[in-house]
Amino acid sequence: MGEIPAIETERLTKSFGSTQALSGLDLAVPQGGILGLLGPNGAGKTTAVRVLTTLLRPDSGQARVLGFDVVRQAAEVRHHIGLTGQYAALDDYLTGRANLIMIGQLGRLSRSQARRRADELLARFDLTGAAGRAVKTYSGGMRRRLDLAASLIGRPEVLFLDEPTTGLDPNSRAVMWEIIRELAAEGTTLLLTTQYLEEADQLASQVAVIDAGRVVADGTPDQLKAKVGEDRIAVQLAPGSDLAAAVAVVRGQTTGRVEADPSQLQITAPIPARDGITTDVVRALDAAGVRVSDVTLSRPSLDDVFMILTGHRAAPEPAPAGGDAGQPATEQGGAAA
Amino acid sequence: MTAVTISPAPVRPVSRRRNLRWLISDVAVLAKRSLARIAREPETLMDVTIQPILFVLLFAFVFGGAIPLPGGGNYHEYLIGGMLAMGLAATAPGTAVALVTDMSSGLIDRFRSLPTSRSAVLAGRTIADLVTQVIGTAVVAGVGLAIGWRIHSSVADAAAAFGLALLFGYAFTWLGACLGMVLRSPEAAQQLGFVLFLPLTFVSNAFVPTQGMPGWLQPIAEWNPMSALAAASRSLFGNPNPAASVQAWPMQHPELAVLGWSAVLLAVFTPLAVRLYHRKAR
Repeated sequence: MGEIPAIETERLTKSFGSTQALSGLDLAVPQGGILGLLGPNGAGKTTAVRVLTTLLRPDSGQARVLGFDVVRQAAEVRHHIGLTGQYAALDDYLTGRANLIMIGQLGRLSRSQARRRADELLARFDLTGAAGRAVKTYSGGMRRRLDLAASLIGRPEVLFLDEPTTGLDPNSRAVMWEIIRELAAEGTTLLLTTQYLEEADQLASQVAVIDAGRVVADGTPDQLKAKVGEDRIAVQLAPGSDLAAAVAVVRGQTTGRVEADPSQLQITAPIPARDGITTDVVRALDAAGVRVSDVTLSRPSLDDVFMILTGHRAAPEPAPAGGDAGQPATEQGGAAA
Repeated sequence: MTAVTISPAPVRPVSRRRNLRWLISDVAVLAKRSLARIAREPETLMDVTIQPILFVLLFAFVFGGAIPLPGGGNYHEYLIGGMLAMGLAATAPGTAVALVTDMSSGLIDRFRSLPTSRSAVLAGRTIADLVTQVIGTAVVAGVGLAIGWRIHSSVADAAAAFGLALLFGYAFTWLGACLGMVLRSPEAAQQLGFVLFLPLTFVSNAFVPTQGMPGWLQPIAEWNPMSALAAASRSLFGNPNPAASVQAWPMQHPELAVLGWSAVLLAVFTPLAVRLYHRKAR
């Protein structure tokens, strides 16, 4: 009962001109929790992160981090948070190591503490080899890792990650996911924004779907997926294949109901969402001597989630009835640029 | 929704002296960061090294012969006071460009999310720019010596001339800092800097005595701070200073005028830049 929530917002609002970026946002994340803030571009994700990290003042409502008000106790909040924005905020002309030391010193570490911590993080994020090179020579994935390292240098209790994997190749994305999981395991409270349902599912312990600046659905990833529906696999058999044998194979891969269409030689079934599942099904069918002409996996996309939860598409469209339907064209409206 | 009662979190004890120590440390870290770029890429210093050298050569050997000095005197010796003023004013657009760049890259947002002292970002930048001004001033003096410019006064007077020039230069970087807070792209900062800087430098006695200008332009040129700075340097170095025969107050008291202009620039643009910086959180 007595524990202070790591992140808490109540009826938070913020508008930029006539654009309502936040329209009564309510969030609560317990200490050690991982909240995935899921929404399309312009839903208000970045604005929420900017308010919570003291970069932007809300118009009304309350926001607290570890019990500290982000407006009245902003200085205190900054002692406890780390922020990794959408674009790696680093000095291109400094080396990776110099960037970390600088940010460590600005984050109230002594010079020697900052050095020690920088080397530790460089090693942990596999950047030791590049530590002495100017950041402008880094690849996209390396920059993101260094940026994340920079936000960790002061050992923050609450970490904000704004679209940490947007624009990364699958390999770098997997590395980022691994790092994020490790941080979570160490007990860091995380708020991460994402446009990908899969990412929220993989990383978050709770998910809040936001649209037009407010939460439209929240719960655990499983609860959310139950609302939206699961991944489905569709297997198209080659002419003359044994449908019954194929059904038996697919049944072995799922606990859901397997539907078979004898006239089309097609099987569809819900399937667990995990990497490599398609390959497993194909191998099993092959081993059973079933000849397959096509296998497709369909996952509920963010569009599906939105369609189901909000009744409209995720992409901004002309407001049907004015009011809060108008979404900002970009979320950078409040950014310094 | 159930209301959550929150017990007030303990507030970190803050002492003034501790804050001051952190401010100094933050400013040092940030100034060092800006200067580190120069060490890695010395070509970024071209605007305070190559550019003044080109201007000195251009005016000394191309235009200078056609510019008569009222009361006589060597144009090469006259030129250096004006060149010092120009070199210092030329760094202000650089301040703006650097700040706009840090703003748009998100780096300043990162600084603002850290417990860093609020004014350290601007102070660190302007102090780094002061260091580049010292380098630029040394380059101008060096090339001046090469073309025959000499100091004919005491060491104290010469030191006062350099001191006044750098004071004005530093005050001027805060104008650049304000532009950096208002403009949206480094290109815009670069262009606006040029548009402001060109008339400021050329409608002055930096390169040409004001006596030859049309009557309506003379008061503008005489009250231009660039004229006061050039005249103060010439007078303190013991170089030809035709402005001494101009009746306007700043030309009669150029040292005081430079002090006054510097004080006004600092009093107006330092708090304005800090305010604009904080307003970014609106």
